[in-house]
Amino acid sequence: MSAPAGVVGVFGRLDAAVEAVGSLKARGYANYRVYSPVPRPELADALAKKESPVRVFTLAGALCGTAFGFFYAIATSLDWPLITGGKPIISWPPFVVIGFETTILIGSLVTVGAMFLLAGLPKLGRAPGYDPRFSDDKFGVVAFGGPAQLAEARDLFRAAGAEEVKDV
Amino acid sequence: MATLATPVAAAPVHADAPPTYAETTRDVIATLQPPGRKYFAGMALVLAGLAFGAFCWGYQLRYGLGVTGYQPPIFWGSYITTFVFWVGIAHSGTLISAILLLFRSGWRTAVYRAAEMMTVFAVMTAGLFPILHLGRAWYAYWVFPYPNFRGVWSNFRSPLVWDVFAISTYLTVSATFLTMGLIPDVAAVRDQARGWRKKLYGMLSFGWKGSDREWHHFGRMYLYLAGFATPLVLSVHSVVSWDFAMAIVPGWHATIFAPYFVAGAIFSGCGMVITILVPLRKAFRLERYIRVSHFESLAKVCLLTASIVAYAYATEFFMAWYSGNPFERASFYSRAFGQYWWATWIMLTCNAFIPQLLWFKKVRTSVPTLFVISIFINIGMWFERFVIIVTGLSHEYEPWQWSYYVPRWPELGILVGSFCWFSMWFLLAIKFLPSVAIAEMKEALPPPLKGEAHR
Repeated sequence: MSAPAGVVGVFGRLDAAVEAVGSLKARGYANYRVYSPVPRPELADALAKKESPVRVFTLAGALCGTAFGFFYAIATSLDWPLITGGKPIISWPPFVVIGFETTILIGSLVTVGAMFLLAGLPKLGRAPGYDPRFSDDKFGVVAFGGPAQLAEARDLFRAAGAEEVKDV
Repeated sequence: MATLATPVAAAPVHADAPPTYAETTRDVIATLQPPGRKYFAGMALVLAGLAFGAFCWGYQLRYGLGVTGYQPPIFWGSYITTFVFWVGIAHSGTLISAILLLFRSGWRTAVYRAAEMMTVFAVMTAGLFPILHLGRAWYAYWVFPYPNFRGVWSNFRSPLVWDVFAISTYLTVSATFLTMGLIPDVAAVRDQARGWRKKLYGMLSFGWKGSDREWHHFGRMYLYLAGFATPLVLSVHSVVSWDFAMAIVPGWHATIFAPYFVAGAIFSGCGMVITILVPLRKAFRLERYIRVSHFESLAKVCLLTASIVAYAYATEFFMAWYSGNPFERASFYSRAFGQYWWATWIMLTCNAFIPQLLWFKKVRTSVPTLFVISIFINIGMWFERFVIIVTGLSHEYEPWQWSYYVPRWPELGILVGSFCWFSMWFLLAIKFLPSVAIAEMKEALPPPLKGEAHR
């Protein structure tokens, strides 16, 4: 499926981009995308997204890591039951160190994996409406939809103060 | 070789106005321009030092550990000292990038990328030393608990195995943290580059576009990663300290070791950040981004941690006396006034006395002075580990065991080689990756707003 035709507004000012997002939302647009060189709280507020589910993965990864660390230390100690220093074969205090490290290791890697999954990375090919300036000093708002919606979006972007409005 | 679209532009020095977004991109990407003669001369020197270190290791492998200065019972010497030194250096990178992120300290943005690079390369350097320390280095993989046909597993009650887990986790997580932070910046470089560089940075950026969806999940991921890295950094040097504290050697067997080592690690790491940032800032003309106030903040962290370290030294001596334990008392008396008095007093001078100069604002805001102090910190912190390890082992319970160790030339060659190994990676990194965080720098700048003059 080819990407739907859209219109992109290039903004040099943060508040102009925020205004454009606000007016798109007010008109009931659902299919739009914002590009920015920097994450700004103003944009995040205007977009008002739901909390990212990355945290669920973080918790799950961390708990798996804890379980793995303790399991590994206990299972291998039982497999080779050699008493050292007169201590029990399953010695909890030292195994906490192993469990702690694997919690962090697996928790971090799962968190990163979740970000890649949720953000759709790695992204191969082109993103519709992306402009190299959006990683430099410009903000981009791309609206998708039918011809009537796009015509309206063009006007909205210009009214918000877009420096450039173009079709993609 | 014009591979970058951005021309090299001299950033205006000491300009008071904050840079714009476009200037930030331009100035940081300008650091990736093809290097000049000085860079290659530096690289040649570093490679020569590394080759000498490699030669020393080859010599040691050929003739055995007898080429070192080991004297029974002192079998932990320069290599373990240098291992702990580099692990310590690694710590401030994570402190600056993770802990200060959680505290929302604005000043970290300018310096954290270089500090994070330093962290990863320092752990890569530290990781060599347990191997270099082995007589039969080819068996180094035995430390990892892996299934094998003899059915033998590692002893998880040994701090040395905890260390394997701690250091491997630290290397993985700090490298991940660095890589994740680089994604948006590498994308910015990609968009300004041409030719093979564009392709390379395109791959390294994972196709990052800076869309709302990407930033949304990225921000959370970065926060949680910082949340993981913070306890990790505290645990890693605690585990390293337990390599010693779990043993009953007088001078090692102390509960103070974990916090004492963590404070020392952050102290030495911040010292090394200053040592690295001063020439980096000058070479790349980054005065507008890495400001004197950033150095002042680093100096304050140094002062705080130096005070904790000095307090720990005092506590160690006090506890040795107050415990009434003759072995502890003898060990600490020997440390200050015995055969290793010189090492102990170098340590005390560099770590406890010289950093007291940082109480003065004039010292904290003078970059050359800070550079000199940071060199003393580096020297002092290497000696701290030397003093702990070697004086402890040289003065154990039985007088017939008392011994004297000084590193011999192969050990010193490997020490020099380790600095060169670290520098090689750092020199490569600053020419291939942005050494100042582009996106986070912009985050700290006032955003462009309507009604302002076009900046």
